[in-house]
Amino acid sequence: MTVPTAVSETGAPAPLKAEDYRSDQEVRWCPGCGDYAILNAVAAIFPKLGLKKEDFVVISGIGCSSRFPYYMDTFGFHTIHGRAPAVATGLKASRPELHVWVITGDGDGLSIGGNHLIHAMRRNTDLKILLFNNRIYGLTKGQASPTSEVGKKTASSPMGTVERPFNPIALALASEATFVARSVDVYKDHLQETLLRAAQHRGSAFVEIYQNCNIFNDGTFNDITERDVREANNLTLRNGQPLLFGPKSARKGLRRREGDGRLEAVDLGNGVDESSLMKHDETAKDPGLAYALAHLEPPEYPAAIGVFRSIETPTFEDRIWDQIRAAKKSKPAADLASLLKRGDVWQVEEDGKILEIGG
Amino acid sequence: MATETLETAAPPKVQIVERVVVRMAGDSGDGIQLTGNQFTTTAAVLGNDLATLPDFPAEIRAPAGTLPGVSGFQMSFSSFDIHTAGDSPDVLVAFNPAGLKTNIADLRRDGILICNEDAFNAKNLEKAGYKSNPLEDGSLEGYRTFAIPITELTRKALRHLKLGTRDTDRCKNFFVLGLLYHLYQRSDDITLRWIDKNLKKQELAEANRTALKAGRAYGEATEAFQSVYRVEAAPSPAGVYRNVMGNSALALGLVAASIRSGRPLYFSGYPITPASTVLHELARYKEYGIVTVQAEDEIAAIASCLGAAFGGALAVTSTSGPGLSLKSEALGLGLMTELPMILCDIQRAGPSTGMPTKVEQADLLQAMWGRHGESPLPIVASSSPGDCFDTAIEAARIALKYMVPVILLSDGYLANASEPWKLPDQKEIAQIATRLIEETSGGKFQPYERDPLTLSRPWAVPGMAGLEHRIGGLEKEDVTGDVCYDPDNHQKMTDLRQEKIRRIANDIPHLIVDGPTSGRLLVVGWGSTRGSIAGAVRRKRSEGKQVSWVHLRHMNPFPANFEEILRKFDRILIPELNMGQLEKLVRMEFLLEPVGYHKVQGKTFKTSEIADKIEELLEV
Repeated sequence: MTVPTAVSETGAPAPLKAEDYRSDQEVRWCPGCGDYAILNAVAAIFPKLGLKKEDFVVISGIGCSSRFPYYMDTFGFHTIHGRAPAVATGLKASRPELHVWVITGDGDGLSIGGNHLIHAMRRNTDLKILLFNNRIYGLTKGQASPTSEVGKKTASSPMGTVERPFNPIALALASEATFVARSVDVYKDHLQETLLRAAQHRGSAFVEIYQNCNIFNDGTFNDITERDVREANNLTLRNGQPLLFGPKSARKGLRRREGDGRLEAVDLGNGVDESSLMKHDETAKDPGLAYALAHLEPPEYPAAIGVFRSIETPTFEDRIWDQIRAAKKSKPAADLASLLKRGDVWQVEEDGKILEIGG
Repeated sequence: MATETLETAAPPKVQIVERVVVRMAGDSGDGIQLTGNQFTTTAAVLGNDLATLPDFPAEIRAPAGTLPGVSGFQMSFSSFDIHTAGDSPDVLVAFNPAGLKTNIADLRRDGILICNEDAFNAKNLEKAGYKSNPLEDGSLEGYRTFAIPITELTRKALRHLKLGTRDTDRCKNFFVLGLLYHLYQRSDDITLRWIDKNLKKQELAEANRTALKAGRAYGEATEAFQSVYRVEAAPSPAGVYRNVMGNSALALGLVAASIRSGRPLYFSGYPITPASTVLHELARYKEYGIVTVQAEDEIAAIASCLGAAFGGALAVTSTSGPGLSLKSEALGLGLMTELPMILCDIQRAGPSTGMPTKVEQADLLQAMWGRHGESPLPIVASSSPGDCFDTAIEAARIALKYMVPVILLSDGYLANASEPWKLPDQKEIAQIATRLIEETSGGKFQPYERDPLTLSRPWAVPGMAGLEHRIGGLEKEDVTGDVCYDPDNHQKMTDLRQEKIRRIANDIPHLIVDGPTSGRLLVVGWGSTRGSIAGAVRRKRSEGKQVSWVHLRHMNPFPANFEEILRKFDRILIPELNMGQLEKLVRMEFLLEPVGYHKVQGKTFKTSEIADKIEELLEV
């Protein structure tokens, strides 16, 4: 991978740094918001991709997370509620050489913009879609979102929500996304590693990022992120590796239960070793295991983080431009004259005589 | 009525007529539109001036024989310059009782009525709501009625081909076409060539050829059809012509605008009647580098256009009234971010699903004001099928020069109607300037630094180093484009956005009055009613009446001399296929009191309706 360079004041090329991707705009998220960590992670990985800064475009919808583009010194488009994947689709289809990142949230992406999100993934448009999931509407001051758990008391649900939540990973898998991953705002290294993987994937890459809203939904992921439970409640997915989790003193794994084939957590030792555990295969054509992993949650299971799925298939824009190239090849004379003279054409001469000249 | 004495047929007696209006009506599955298009192309290539008006039901295949299932096609061809598909047909071909019932009221007295006798059975009569058979009960008196067993004759002619009954019966439209070709002295050439090109299955091609010949032979051999008609070529200016439908011309205009502006065309639409054919058409022009995306919904279609426009494309979406409603939020983003794009609204009868296949001009005020906040946008309207080409180019010119979404209003009549179209001389299609920045000058890029004359902002697209910037729906600070909540700045930006649109009035052609520039009555039209108004105005003038007419292409802003023209007339008549929308704008803008003439029946104006209204106003 070549490292991109910028021309420094002395004229000598200098490699771009994270700061070079940060705009001069004052960041206006609440102090302590998980979005800061995600902004830092994205700015940190962009220089590592070996791409030209002017080829990045960051597109967002509406919500706290969607202020993101203003803080990046790239081309950016803060659009309207829920529509970022659609805006990004138009840009990527017409300018396939650009690197288009979509920033959305659980309300923006899964509620008002649900349709655009699933279709962007279905088409395998080469978009990097980061969904900041904080299980709440923040910018409108604390209403239940499509990922709020049943019974959650919010401004709009004083007696607790009566709606069942979406599982964003399961939704992405069902939408045939070719890259599906989950990370957490406070897992700095894991987040950067996951974002790098997403960036390097060709096709729709969906990354759910668990993100804390310390104002309206503080601690919603504490059962995963708190130091004392982190080892027990996190299963980091590694391709080709057995599904292991838990502290060294009480290592556990996941295996297929006999009979119904469902996932079960077992303690290692006492005759149970790694060879009897399920191995993660992110390239599996059938996303069945990934789907099951998406649904794991404490206290019964650990939450899975990492890459659930990564498969290769032609992108939406590849297929569009393949057709355009094929059409240009078979009809090379694509100019104004040939455009207009289609179908049955006739010529009226100066003397009024009519000549049929084509059809 | 059929006769077997083929050998004794004398040469027919040819009568020269100036204009003929033919309408065919039957089940959606009877091949009416196809037959109509064949007849049209043949007439066009023979040099007749012509106009067509397809009229189909919203259902693709409504139950056979029922009134809602009737599909119609009207065409008018003439040896002089015509403007509409005609008020009342001279010939009506009814493929079944339902087709007769829904159309007979329009047939002129003494007109030719051709019915497929075989379809007038008890079951079909009942479906059409006839208590007795109109072919037998004398109710069709006053028309020259020909009850012909078309199904039976087609079967007989095709018997040797051993096709199934279904395939055989589907050829009866070509039997009728052959009969009409005889009646109007047209050659089979164009249709035979169409069959060769389009019917790949040899048996079907042969069957249709045979049916066509059988129809002609029947006409030649039948005494009743010994009086035939000829419509001479209409004198038209020298040039190359083709027949074109409105939506096709619109698509061609968009491609031409892309070529002339050097901006790649991006088109996204969601299927909606009567706009879908714009997408179909453009999807076939991939060799021009056009990206077409069938979006997941109306909102995605326009949102993706904004993305493509941000990337430097000439971005276009098309829809109809309900889709315009869905797209209104994104139009707001487009005007806030000042990106160029075109939204084509092919209007249909509303509100809601309304009558999707029928014409109306009732989205004008939605186009004007159907958005949140202070959000003026330029609006242009097409007035004939061929004019859709020019309006598309004009919409692109305004969008790219002023960095603004432009709404183009067409309608369901223009979309499917056709007329001979003189291909524009390539030199007549001007280059279209854009605000694209092609070189960076260094220094901090200011995305909202406006051109002092047009107030248009620069267009900086991704991929250009040093031009990285952010835009969005939040209010912008003047010049820098940074997010800004300052009260005075919001006032200033609102003023600037409005002023930018207002200044377009200085950049569009003055209206030219057809007729005297002052007088007792001015007719003001817009959009697809052009043909009817033109016909009515000419008719009244030929009767010695003095009436003037202007037809608007630019609906917002109005041309600079519009008010001056309006004030020179005692009365103003505004015929519209709505309840008075342009009329309201004229009242509001100029404090004048025009007379509105409104029609919302899913049909365009008859020439006679407008002529009568003109007469009425001149009498007062």
